[in-house]
Amino acid sequence: MKAMVQVLLILLGVVLAYAGTGLPEFGDPHSPASQHVSNHYIEHAYHDSHTPNIVTVMIADYRSFDTFGETVVVFTAGMACLFILRGLRRRDEEGDPVDHA
Amino acid sequence: MITRKDSVILDVVTRIMVPFIQIFAFYVIFHGHYSPGGGFQGGALLAGSVLLQRIVLGRDRSLPGFPVKWGVPFGVIGVLLFFGTGLLAQVMGGNFLQYDALPFPMDEVWLRNTGILLVEIGVAFAVMGTLIAIFDELSGAGEEA
Amino acid sequence: MTPTVLIFGFFVIATVAALVALEVRDLLAASAVLSVFSFVVALLYVSLGAVDVGFNEAVLGAGVTGVLFLVAVYHTERRSGD
Repeated sequence: MKAMVQVLLILLGVVLAYAGTGLPEFGDPHSPASQHVSNHYIEHAYHDSHTPNIVTVMIADYRSFDTFGETVVVFTAGMACLFILRGLRRRDEEGDPVDHA
Repeated sequence: MITRKDSVILDVVTRIMVPFIQIFAFYVIFHGHYSPGGGFQGGALLAGSVLLQRIVLGRDRSLPGFPVKWGVPFGVIGVLLFFGTGLLAQVMGGNFLQYDALPFPMDEVWLRNTGILLVEIGVAFAVMGTLIAIFDELSGAGEEA
Repeated sequence: MTPTVLIFGFFVIATVAALVALEVRDLLAASAVLSVFSFVVALLYVSLGAVDVGFNEAVLGAGVTGVLFLVAVYHTERRSGD
């Protein structure tokens, strides 16, 4: 079983390496990712907000709704973590058998 | 979890390092307009400085600096600061998070600059509070004082 | 621009660190090696030009995650079960 898993993983790695040969060159200005909105961002970022760091303008201005969602996700995940841990601890104190596995 | 062990080297190094980590964290947050960094990284650095104190200095000397009960409020304040910035812009007649509708006496471009800064501070608070809250709950720092 | 040899070296170190973290029996050592992995990946990001992502990975992946793993190992047990 374990040998079969390893063979499958190696096969997956070979497929991934083969797929990697089809990617565009690193930093290629004609790749699809650099064609669509990147040019607009690079041209307008400084004039829109006087901020030289284009990454910051993208994260907090053009895509700020995305960043808002990200922050809420971090906060919500933390709260869920807290509730689960507190629930486990309370059941520990009450003496219920808790399945920690 | 948090019991103090006497190790002079760890103790002294921590006490020297923590202020520098915190100054660097604030630099990362407020200088995010001009150099790599921003709210997420700065908040994680702030949380890291508090976590270092929690681990090395022990309960008695780290809890006065950042009590356990502050973690969740910091997270809430951060998210509300972000949300409030967006909502203020919406109330003043723009879209949600449209910074140039914010009611500050500046021209549009600097308003967007300020909006980015406010949002970064909110993200930093949220990340810092959440990470510290998770660590405290996991390590049981707030238990039986 | 970082030489290609260096980037290849980072890839090799990251792969070795990931395999070691999987195979080692001591979970404390595994979390430490995972921090090493995160740090090397952060160096990789920086050398590819994504400084913000590298910064994030260095702080969160190598720092805070390592601490959280450490606390979790402290509360459970140090030897791996399998």
